[in-house]
Amino acid sequence: MTEQTQHIILETHDLSIGYQSKKATAVIASDINIELYQGELIGLVGANGIGKSTLLRTLTSIQPALSGTISLSKKPLNDYTSIELAKTMSLVLTEQLMSKNLSVFELIALGRQPYTNWVGNLSDLDITIVNQSIAQTHLSDLKHRKCFELSDGQLQKVMIARALAQDTNLIILDEPTTHLDMYHKAYILKLLQKLAKDTNKTILFSSHEIDLAIQLCDTMIVMTNDGVIYDSPCNLIERGVFETLFPDDLIGFDEKTGSFRVKK
Amino acid sequence: MKTKYTYSFIGLSIALLLCFFVNISLGSVSIPIKDVFNSILGTSDNENWQYIIQDYRLPKALTAILVGSGLGISGLLMQTFFRNPLAGPFVLGISSGASLGVALVILGSGLFGGAFATVLISKWSIVIAAISGSFLVLLAVLIVSARVRDTMAILIIGLMFGSITAAVVSVLSYFSSAEQLQQYIFWGFGSLGNLSWNELFVFFGIYLLGMLLTIFSIKALNTFLLGENYAKSLGLNIKQSRLVIILATSLLAGTITAFAGPIAFIGLAIPHMTRQLFHTSNHKILLPAVFLFGAIVMLICDSISQLPTSDYTLPINAITSLIGAPVVVWLLVRKRKMIF
Repeated sequence: MTEQTQHIILETHDLSIGYQSKKATAVIASDINIELYQGELIGLVGANGIGKSTLLRTLTSIQPALSGTISLSKKPLNDYTSIELAKTMSLVLTEQLMSKNLSVFELIALGRQPYTNWVGNLSDLDITIVNQSIAQTHLSDLKHRKCFELSDGQLQKVMIARALAQDTNLIILDEPTTHLDMYHKAYILKLLQKLAKDTNKTILFSSHEIDLAIQLCDTMIVMTNDGVIYDSPCNLIERGVFETLFPDDLIGFDEKTGSFRVKK
Repeated sequence: MKTKYTYSFIGLSIALLLCFFVNISLGSVSIPIKDVFNSILGTSDNENWQYIIQDYRLPKALTAILVGSGLGISGLLMQTFFRNPLAGPFVLGISSGASLGVALVILGSGLFGGAFATVLISKWSIVIAAISGSFLVLLAVLIVSARVRDTMAILIIGLMFGSITAAVVSVLSYFSSAEQLQQYIFWGFGSLGNLSWNELFVFFGIYLLGMLLTIFSIKALNTFLLGENYAKSLGLNIKQSRLVIILATSLLAGTITAFAGPIAFIGLAIPHMTRQLFHTSNHKILLPAVFLFGAIVMLICDSISQLPTSDYTLPINAITSLIGAPVVVWLLVRKRKMIF
């Protein structure tokens, strides 16, 4: 087992997530125990409304955990200052960009914000890292284009490059394949797989592309009504986890092909 | 990257100097160009001309520069901050606050009678009323914004403050005499003249403070371009940046309203014009460009409003909209696409 020698980047222990108000506590999921290793691509899947976003929001410190612990590079998440966190974890979110009147280079360079001075000037090192991220995401031809000229697939690559430029051990992407066609869904996830291998970063993404995730991920987090299961895709198939993912009246999981089929 | 804009900046700077001198040269009294220069330097033989230039036209031109650049920049701050192309320097209710203060002084003297009526409605009392009015509204907005997490809510709250003050002004107007109403309406026309050097120094001091805060916000403003969640993930202290940006806008827009009246349009339009011409959202380039552009447009508007060689002066507030609105429409139609 090579995994034992690798570094654990993100680790949760008996994590319980949900929303707390003065009146009541709504637990979305509990007993979440995951360990994300360096250089791994991890897919987070589950039905709509099962709590994928809540889990990501909790892991990225946007909302507090109900109980349990999250540690990032062996240090509790709550002990991070915002600037330390920005240097350890970068995000690719689903929200629309507010301003697309920036060039691809300028937007990716914003990923260097945690490292730049008070006015945000780029050093030579910053420029090198930005150019490196552009090369790794195959964006060199588009470098000087404006973001409003790009297609959805290209824009998603730019956002991934921006996260790369932030130079963090962990990159978390919230549904990076929405709005993309079948080819680009595969393209983006394949790119993430390559980036995890080449840069030795841990990349966690949530997605509805379960068949693609099964083929590309090192490990997967599956959220079902019975709990959160964390294992390699092969083991998950063997354990029959995917059958429990959705109600069984419409679609069924085909173990041989690793994909869902509409029931006849 | 930088060299692309160098020529534009040199061009704009020359245009600014040119507009400045044209603005000073024009007026109801025609003064030869040579004597205009001599009067600025204080070496003119004609004492009247020297007085007109040094104590009237020069402070007026400088006021125009401060007003144009300050409103443009506070408009830019608000548009980026609220992620809304319709935002302007007065969305936080700053001009409403100033209007209320001025209305209380001018119109309130009739309502409250006695003690108030004896107070001379001097230039300074209007300035002080406007400043304290906008400051009080600013304070209210700051207190509320510290409790509200949603930036858009601050926008709505600013608009609500505007409605409340407008209602109070209506009530005051109802009980006021025609003379008082006229005086209040004249304040609302806006005016770049009438500022003494002393007033200009006070104006400049507060303006400078607002500008410094703006310069310190450049990095935060660029980060806000990605949206608030991304900004947070990049380690930006959202609450602190929010406070600094609101404070900078209030200082700039508040003091301008106090000294020059509620000047419409410039704050909303200048950032759009600049973005159309400079093709960027990067605040390191936008900020100096808006500064130059706002100053130039204001100088041109002022030059037109004084109807050269005639004795009449049109309200500056009408000119800014008459000249500015068609320009923005033309820019948007020509480019067919609003870049924001």
